[in-house]
Amino acid sequence: MKARVFVTLKTGVLDPQGEAIRHALGSLGFGGVESVRQGKVIEIELAETDPARAEAEVARMAEKLLANTVIENYRVEMVG
Amino acid sequence: MKSAVIVFPGSNCDRDLAVALGAAAGRPASMVWHKDAALPPGLDVVAIPGGFSFGDYLRCGAIAARSPIMRAVVDFAHRGGIVLGICNGFQILIEAGLLPGALMRNQTLKFVCRDVHLSVETLQSPFTSAFGNQRVIRVPVAHHDGAYIADYALAARLEAEDRIAFRYVDADGDATEAANPNGSVGNIAGVLSDNRRILGMMPHPERLADPQLGGTDGAPMFRSLVEAVAEVA
Repeated sequence: MKARVFVTLKTGVLDPQGEAIRHALGSLGFGGVESVRQGKVIEIELAETDPARAEAEVARMAEKLLANTVIENYRVEMVG
Repeated sequence: MKSAVIVFPGSNCDRDLAVALGAAAGRPASMVWHKDAALPPGLDVVAIPGGFSFGDYLRCGAIAARSPIMRAVVDFAHRGGIVLGICNGFQILIEAGLLPGALMRNQTLKFVCRDVHLSVETLQSPFTSAFGNQRVIRVPVAHHDGAYIADYALAARLEAEDRIAFRYVDADGDATEAANPNGSVGNIAGVLSDNRRILGMMPHPERLADPQLGGTDGAPMFRSLVEAVAEVA
């Protein structure tokens, strides 16, 4: 199975990198960009074949390592 | 005082920290590799140095915090051991769950490498007791991810419990916005654990702890540790 983990900053946590991207988009002429929030995508290949078990395992990985849950949210997507 | 410095791939302040600890204690610090599962017996102080452990992959300190030796460090801390984390060491202690809050990319997005002034906010800790009347010190910072983040409730709790060890200030001791090098909440530069025996800080007292390094403003931290350990013994 393959899983994708999306790690994003929680609402309310300042994102200076997102803000820098917003400025750069503005200087490239893209108007009307009101806000940019950046994060990361982690792709994981698993030997597990049961989707529910695989998803639960990846959620445990996210809690323990992939995301810092003090400042970040995560979302797991199974891609088959 | 028996101390140990933990060494990770990418640590680069480990020798400086060992020299500062060794000079204050009068006996050398042990160097402990991150793959070791146990700390040397009878330690009083464990120190986690600055650097770029594991290339800052994933998040600064995230991989180091899950390395074998850190289980032993967490056990040591839970038994009431004294643990000091400087710069990347602070990031590692937060990632290991030994200190609250988070450290994020500097608000300026720039690596900041210069001397800053710090106010010593409390003398009630084994790291700060020897600062005495020297309440504003000047030591270097060198980091890219040093913005200390705490929500309102955590910041208020740290304040109420006297757990803010250092703040970024100007030369007069005022915690102004201009004196804040990285956008840390409340100009916080260092925080203590609830038992006051774990300190994490972004600035580098070990880099100014000997006259040959150009100053001794950081030396009282290492004297504090020696005195705190001697009092117990």
